[in-house]
Amino acid sequence: MQTQSEYGYNSKIEGDVVLTTVDAALAWFRKNSVWPMPMGLACCAIELMASGASRFDISRFGSEVMRFSPRQSDCMIVAGTVTYKMAPVLKRIYDQMAEPKWVIAMGACASTGGMYRSYAVLQGVDNIVPVDVYIGGCPPRPEAVLDALMKIQDKIGKEPILQRTVAAKLLNLQES
Amino acid sequence: MSALESANKIKAKFGDLVTEPTEFRGEITLKIADAEKICDVCLFAKKQLGFDFLVDISSVDNYGEDPRWTIVYHLRAIGNGDEIRLKTDVSEEKSELPSIIGVWRTANWHEREIYDMMGIRFAGHPDLRRILMWEGYPYHPLRKDFPLAGKSSEMPGVVFTKPAPLEGGPFVTLPSSADAISREPRVRNPEE
Repeated sequence: MQTQSEYGYNSKIEGDVVLTTVDAALAWFRKNSVWPMPMGLACCAIELMASGASRFDISRFGSEVMRFSPRQSDCMIVAGTVTYKMAPVLKRIYDQMAEPKWVIAMGACASTGGMYRSYAVLQGVDNIVPVDVYIGGCPPRPEAVLDALMKIQDKIGKEPILQRTVAAKLLNLQES
Repeated sequence: MSALESANKIKAKFGDLVTEPTEFRGEITLKIADAEKICDVCLFAKKQLGFDFLVDISSVDNYGEDPRWTIVYHLRAIGNGDEIRLKTDVSEEKSELPSIIGVWRTANWHEREIYDMMGIRFAGHPDLRRILMWEGYPYHPLRKDFPLAGKSSEMPGVVFTKPAPLEGGPFVTLPSSADAISREPRVRNPEE
């Protein structure tokens, strides 16, 4: 027997419907599969490996798929000291990553140059790429890496993806 | 044969070209007067005295003195564990001495490092490129007149460097005759 109201209780679809916006759904898909690009440059990379291993288990946050190809990754984790010699390589790898992309500066060296006040070391990776989350520590503990990842997830979750895409399309139309 | 005996043999063979061997804390050092003859001395040490391993080559910047550069060779005889040290001076105007790759092939990277960090060239080196800094970097950072913080440089579109901020200067040592406590590395402003 059917209920009278359109909006009323329908036993046939109970439990199978979630109401949301397209933006929120897209953001939810996106934030729970952030594929990291492990840019391991120094000892921070060892802690990054620990966060990927069984004790800390980064896959609880959907980020266990470490990709060594920039074309398949979403979030570059700069783990270690960035020398000026490595800087152009890092910039190029960042440029090769497909949009949307995020950057975590892991540890004191990647964030500010750390203890290396030296002619050879870039004083913070934010000189060449935009950084979303900085992690303090030398090196940071894996918990801190996971915390940074959760902050990235929060950020992705709040991004109005569809709105932005539509706005960009409209802008393109107007220009052409 | 002890290291001192080996050093005396070098002295006997080359005469005035090398100084008398000096000993400091059990380590033997010979100074070679003419850097151009370094290959002959090294070849003799390897072939006749059994110094078959070149441990390291390093360079010293005697800034403000003439000759400015001192090149230091550490040799080791694997057979009996003897070590001797050869030193030779090179003036700043010349900044060049013969490569000893013909004697020990491992000298290749050591000499490249000295070229990179000090700007001393090695004649006859087959591949004298920078080894640590990138091609096109204009300075030689281990020279005493190069500031700890670095200097600005730019290769358009490739790489840049900026002097590192040293406010409160981390871990700066002061050369002085004072006691170890006042000389030790600590936070100091560079001009102090």
